[in-house]
Amino acid sequence: MAVPLVYNLRSIRRRWSSSIIAVLGIAGAVGVFVAMLAMANGFQATLVQSGSPDNAIIMRAGASAEMVSVVTLDQEHIIESAPGVRRRDGGPLVSPEVIVMAPFPLIASGADANVQVRGVSASALAVRPQVRIVQGRFLKPGLTEIVIGKNVPSTYRGLALGKTLRFGGGTWTVVGVFDAGGSAFDSEVWADTAILDQVYNRPANVFQSVTVKLQPGAFSRFKDALTADPRLNVDVERESEYYRKQSQSLTTLITVLGTLVGIVMGIGAVFGALNTMYSAVAERSREIATLKALGFTPASVIVSFMFEAVLIAAIGGAIGAVAVLPLNGYTASTLNFQTFSHLAFAFRVTPPLLAGGMVFALLMGLIGGTPPAIRAARRPVAAALREL
Amino acid sequence: MIRVDGRGENSLIAVRNLGKTYRRGNQDIPVLQGLNLDVDAGDSVAFMGPSGSGKSTLLNLLGGLDVPTTGSIRVGGDEITHMSAGRLTTWRARHVGFVFQMFNLLPVLTAFQNVELPLLLTRLSRAERRDHVETALSVVGLADRMHHYPRELSGGQEQRVAIARAIVTDPTFLLCDEPTGDLDRSSADEVLDLLAQLVAEYGKTVLLVTHDPRAAERAHMLLHLDKGVLVEAQSGAHA
Repeated sequence: MAVPLVYNLRSIRRRWSSSIIAVLGIAGAVGVFVAMLAMANGFQATLVQSGSPDNAIIMRAGASAEMVSVVTLDQEHIIESAPGVRRRDGGPLVSPEVIVMAPFPLIASGADANVQVRGVSASALAVRPQVRIVQGRFLKPGLTEIVIGKNVPSTYRGLALGKTLRFGGGTWTVVGVFDAGGSAFDSEVWADTAILDQVYNRPANVFQSVTVKLQPGAFSRFKDALTADPRLNVDVERESEYYRKQSQSLTTLITVLGTLVGIVMGIGAVFGALNTMYSAVAERSREIATLKALGFTPASVIVSFMFEAVLIAAIGGAIGAVAVLPLNGYTASTLNFQTFSHLAFAFRVTPPLLAGGMVFALLMGLIGGTPPAIRAARRPVAAALREL
Repeated sequence: MIRVDGRGENSLIAVRNLGKTYRRGNQDIPVLQGLNLDVDAGDSVAFMGPSGSGKSTLLNLLGGLDVPTTGSIRVGGDEITHMSAGRLTTWRARHVGFVFQMFNLLPVLTAFQNVELPLLLTRLSRAERRDHVETALSVVGLADRMHHYPRELSGGQEQRVAIARAIVTDPTFLLCDEPTGDLDRSSADEVLDLLAQLVAEYGKTVLLVTHDPRAAERAHMLLHLDKGVLVEAQSGAHA
């Protein structure tokens, strides 16, 4: 039979000043751990949401990102006529695009940061139906007009609806704001491809990627057709997979960093828990001996003190998890290592993350509770009963 | 009948040739040597002796909290000296009621919950446990204090709660280690009256270690521990 739980609950409350050290230590470790993973989660989700599984992105073979890819107009024509391309009103849903970087001052620091400027045609919206104009209108072909993602006005100085600004040697007017559903496009500026080529003195008829909307289930057929075509030397990927890969390095970095920081803080918290539980065992040495004298087994004493440690850890874990909840949806921006442009993303504190944080807390409680619990169980009863 | 010559028969507690030696560094320190004791059911016996004479050691051995170096202890037919630690724990829960000098109540539990502790090791239902606890607290005269915490009770009341905890499982015998050592005179008298009542009215077997002659004289027999063996000192009040 176990030692009654009320004994542990009330003991924690009675020794609250000692318990609070362990609780706060564990809360801090869990909070940082969950916050870092929420950041990685948000970053990854932002990029992964950018890609649609129905879309394929075509780049030069071996190119890891659009910035280092080249697709010519001839190749684009071949892609348009490949099997599996979805068509609307007789025309293929294909968006040949160019990418340039333009520096703009960040509102937060005033320092310049790169914005990814995407040269698009009217078909860009048809290929990416998740992108909606929420203010103003879409750009008109042949004009130095730009539309900006919804995160851009709040991130960069001077990039707002109706503003006229200079970059890349041209003067541009912001005519619209689009919402791309929390994806990476929300951090981009879109301009007309032909105008962008002219302003940046880029060769005409050369793109960096072509994004294609495919018929359902047609990806393999489409990919096989392009990769088998001797006129093309391209890689074909699902757009969702491309963006997932884009997110991988930074997500991994943040996850590893977050886990490391969490573990380091966790080690500190475990020592806090050890300290709390060792002092609990020392202070209650006679109580433990009494329980054993009454007939409670060493195993039940271990379970009792482990339960107490785990309970302290659970309280700490819950406090840590609740403390980071307000971070959910908080938008931050960072440099995307793949594109060297700034990317805004929202922290995502998800239930699995919170559950992970609680598991982390309980683990700390178990590790911090086990040695003191074993000490409590091993202490000879007769000697402990004589202690004052 | 209480005997120290090792010739008792069919006694509830039969101790034969009991020895306990502690080892400190390279040195053996004998505390008890060739000790014999027979105690019948319903007897009360007090052990006295100077500090370090082995009184508490004897109590710990009788209560299964420690194991002897030599000899045997039989309680109601059970030879406890060769029991495993696990069996000894179970045996202790069933047969021994402990009363300690400093009461050893768990401060975070109420009087009721403290007294209920030993019953948690039985198969009794919640309602049966409640009946037993209420009865035990009534016997010690504290039925009206069952929901009080130890800090809300006087020293004498705490010790009476501890006695209720010791008797609640109706153990084979009670072991009391200086039960009045931490009490003022009047509280000590209350506790001694209660122990005497348990012997006289409820037929309990009580073994107590004490420095207090007034406590010792209430027992059926007073035994002195001298050089590791028991010596009959004088007859107690009821002998």
